[in-house]
Parts: sequence; C-alpha cells; structure tokens
Amino acid sequence: MKFRVSVQVLPRKGILDPQGKTVTDALRTLGFAHVDEVHVGRHLVIDMRADSAGAAEADVRSMCAKLLANPVTEDFVIAAVDAA
Amino acid sequence: MKVGIVRFPGSNCDEDAWLAIAEQLHEQAVMLWHKDHDLQGSDAVILPGGFAYGDYLRAGAIARFSPIMREVAAHAERGGIVIGICNGFQIACEAHLLPGALLRNDVGYRSMPVTIRVERTDSPFTTSASAGQCLTMPIAHGEGRYTASEADLDRLEDAGQVIFRYVDSAGNPTPNANPNGSMRNIAGVCNAARNVVGLMPHPERAMEPLLGSSDGRVLFESLLATVNA
Repeated sequence: MKFRVSVQVLPRKGILDPQGKTVTDALRTLGFAHVDEVHVGRHLVIDMRADSAGAAEADVRSMCAKLLANPVTEDFVIAAVDAA
Repeated sequence: MKVGIVRFPGSNCDEDAWLAIAEQLHEQAVMLWHKDHDLQGSDAVILPGGFAYGDYLRAGAIARFSPIMREVAAHAERGGIVIGICNGFQIACEAHLLPGALLRNDVGYRSMPVTIRVERTDSPFTTSASAGQCLTMPIAHGEGRYTASEADLDRLEDAGQVIFRYVDSAGNPTPNANPNGSMRNIAGVCNAARNVVGLMPHPERAMEPLLGSSDGRVLFESLLATVNA
C-alpha cells in the first residue's frame, strides 16, 4: 500500500531557537502583538510503501531516529499518515 | 606523519588543511575521497570545513553516512586520531564521534577572527600548547552554537572534555566573546577517549603571518608531536 507520511521536526523546547525568535519579533513589529512564540523547524513529506499505516509510521519513526531529527536537539511529531 | 584529509562533496577547507600539513609542517598529506573505503594508512584523519552535501537537512547529517565515515569511525574506535574542523566538527557530532550538537548561531553567519583559550593540553591537538594559552584564528560558520543538555555539559566539564573556549582579549569567556551563542562559550571538545577533537575555528587558516595569524601552528605541531610520540 502507498502512504504519505508528514513529519514535523522542531527544536527541542528550552533550546534557543534564533529563527523562531527572529520571526516572532518580526510578526510583532508587523502588529501581531498577540503572537507569543514561533517555532521554526522542518516539515517533511514522505511518500512510501508499507503493509499498513502502523508499519509506515513505525518506519518513519526509525527514519527520524537515524537521520531526520537530531536526537540531541530536536523533537519530531508524525503529523499524518495518509493512504495515498 | 601521514594525515588523511576527507574530501566530501562541498568541502572547501580541504586544500587549506592539506597546505597546513604538507607545506607548513612538511609532513605527508593525502586526500581521501568520501566514497573510498581506505584511509591509505593515515596516522590521523582530518574532517575539513565546508558545506558537505550542501548542509542539507542539518550540517553534517548526510556526510556522516558517506562510505568513508565507516572507516573513520573504525579508526576512531581503535584509538586513531580524528580532528574535525568547522563542518568537520559538525560531521563528527552527527556521527556521534563527539558529544553534543552544533545549531544555528544565535546571530546568523559569522566570519571574523576570534580568540580561543586552550582549556586542556591532554588532547592530540593541544599537547604542544600551554593550558590557558589564547589563540587567535578565524571562524566562518552559520551553525556553530555548541549545544548539549546541562547534565551532559557538566559531565564534559568534569571529564575535561572541553578543549577550547571563546574568550575576550583578557582571556575571559564573556558573553561578548562568544560569537555564536555556544553554551558555556565552548569552541571545541574531545570524546571520552580523547582521540577525537572537534572545533569550530579554523587553525588551518592561521598558519603564517601572511594569513593574519600563525596561532594555528601550535595545534598542528601538537598533532605531529602526538603521532610521533
């Protein structure tokens, strides 16, 4: 079966995120004073084959651990596993 | 001494490293292509600066899976010396040869001379330096903010694995002397076995007065002394 898996990789909470802070400041300058915090990370969309949605998700978790996220500084969230 | 310099697609300080070894120290230097599986009998390996694989995904994240990195890791495992400079430091961290990670600078890309203090002389890159010696050399990077958990940083400090720190002209690790937001002003570390050293500044670009500083020499002389010991 074919799946499209979306993964969000974000700086770990508590680690300085200069990109996020710069974007936050820019939004506030533009008048969006109600913005508390912006986090800038990566969004990856993986088109793949797997036997089931669960297998696809497990596979992507393994990809994140090995390559897609840095275990020292980043967290990842599997945002969606859609049958394609 | 024979030093192998790994050339990744996107390396751009490989020639500088070669010149430092071959022309300045008059020692043997060989280029190692990233797809090779042979260190050609190198006593020490340098992972040079640059933008290996375009720094795609994260700096060093793809390069660490280059074929030759398997041999570099085995060399390190055997106690062989590995020196990671700038992008090479990032690659060594991604490959788990060194602890921690190098994140985007707190204030963007920095290209400037910095002063670093030698914290420890019991590493293969600092044996000929003196503890507390301050060295001036350039940095040129956008992702050099050394980061680890506070607990890991405490462990590194206790084990004497912090080798270099960014300092001001008086030799103090002040916030203003920190060019990239590195935690505890850390500019370079070694692994627990002390045979792998990584640093963000470029000693290979500070080898003769013509380049503005020859403070990098003592680090390469340390390497030579360690290999010949």
